Amino acid sequence: MNSQQPSLAQGLLAGQRGALARAITWAENADRRFPQLLEDVYAAVGRSHRLGVTGPPGAGKSTLVNQLARHLRELERTVGILAVDPSSPFTGGALLGDRIRMEERTLDPGVFIRSMASRGSRGGLARATVDAFDVMDAFGFDQLIVETVGVGQAEYDVVGAADTVLVVLCPGAGDGVQAMKSGLLEVADVLCINKADLPGADRMVADLEEAVHIRTAGKGLWMPPVVSVSAGTDQGLDGLLEAIQSHRAWLEAEGRLQLSRQEQRLDQVQRVLREGFDHAIWEGRGLEGYARAMIKASRTPHGAAERILEQLKAALPSEWAQVQEETQP
Amino acid sequence: MNQRKIRVLIGKPGLDGHDRGAKTVASVLRDNGMEVIYTGLHKTPAMIAETALQEDVDVVGLSILSGAHMELFPRVREELHNRGLDHVLLVGGGIIPADDMAALESNGFTKLFGPGTHTEDIARFIQGEMEKRWAKEAADA
Ligand SMILES: Nc1nc2c(ncn2[C@@H]2O[C@H](COP(=O)(O)OP(=O)(O)OP(=O)(O)O)[C@@H](O)[C@H]2O)c(=O)[nH]1
Ligand SMILES: [Mg+2]
Repeated sequence: MNSQQPSLAQGLLAGQRGALARAITWAENADRRFPQLLEDVYAAVGRSHRLGVTGPPGAGKSTLVNQLARHLRELERTVGILAVDPSSPFTGGALLGDRIRMEERTLDPGVFIRSMASRGSRGGLARATVDAFDVMDAFGFDQLIVETVGVGQAEYDVVGAADTVLVVLCPGAGDGVQAMKSGLLEVADVLCINKADLPGADRMVADLEEAVHIRTAGKGLWMPPVVSVSAGTDQGLDGLLEAIQSHRAWLEAEGRLQLSRQEQRLDQVQRVLREGFDHAIWEGRGLEGYARAMIKASRTPHGAAERILEQLKAALPSEWAQVQEETQP
Repeated sequence: MNQRKIRVLIGKPGLDGHDRGAKTVASVLRDNGMEVIYTGLHKTPAMIAETALQEDVDVVGLSILSGAHMELFPRVREELHNRGLDHVLLVGGGIIPADDMAALESNGFTKLFGPGTHTEDIARFIQGEMEKRWAKEAADA
């Protein structure tokens, strides 16, 4: 590239969709140019509300995201969507099919949809989801939405990526008790029973309202509203948008959003550090080879790890302990 | 840390109602380690190109059986061009006479696959082509 050509960051901040698309690709590929790009646009990050949509396979997440986007557009809000589908652990390939349910939004200049393969992450998102959200945020969307992989149990990366987590369930995919033990209730800020046109939806709403009440009543916690909708026939979306809005308002009061964003940032730092550790220390500084030697010198794998950890700890700068004390919340 | 994957959009422009072939190709490419976006039937050239842009794909593969390829394929190419996507590897397949294949191949399409093409050959062609392009990019950088 010659110096006359605008940089990717400039293109992105100027609203070029192609630049945004390429920025997301850099995030996904862990391209070495990405950290600088993020730095160049970071002043513009932080204005979008981030909604995570999760739930079991086939609950209607994509259909619902499409409807949400449509209603938001009627309110003249712009929408950036990430739709995550699983990569094959065997071939690394992926069939990305969520956007097929959002095709009506394709030519709307106020909507941007990007499919993302999970690429080995097992928490329901891709490794780069938060990075991609950041560049979409800088681009200037009012609302960001990420649809997770269809999750069963205990795949909760979405909590670290979203301000508001919407859990989508539907009748026929188990009862309220199953929803409780799956842990999905614990991550929900808003609960949505989709396919209210099918039998069993009312029962599910009642079950979940009770479960939510038991979990949260009298504890000063946010009590997730339970909303029933039928995304397929576009019913109940206004109520759902209101519920999302009410959670957002609750977050923004009393500085909760700021705290939650700090935690999101911390998650991101930790993730990048772990990757950096694998790359720079495990591979780059020969820890892998040293670990092999330690295995021979130790009785068990735990023993080997223990010895390495002791040496790493001894090498840490002493002022870290002090910073730790000063920043404890 | 090269974590690059070949990203492919399989598009079906026009009105024909069969997408078994397109779906077969999509799943074979997936099985060859590619990330494949399939958008379903009846897409306009503008929708296909806009999807290619948002998804930042390396490859667009068009499939058509209706006979309208000489009208629709060049329009997809034009819509891609309008979005600055001339770098995308453009291939196509379907029921297309040899003359038309040659015409398209001298007009922006890198390769047309006729009926009876082995799907694995399509995967191998795309892989080979992308390897060449990425090697060239790396050499230029
Ligand atoms: N009856 C009924 N069917 C619906 C409704 N919403 C979605 N569906 C259907 O449910 C099926 C799954 O919908 P998707 O939106 O693809 O579900 P998803 O949760 O995104 O699925 P994955 O991404 O594969 O986990 C489709 O056949 C939809 O047409 C609804 O409100 N009522
Ligand atoms: Mg989906």
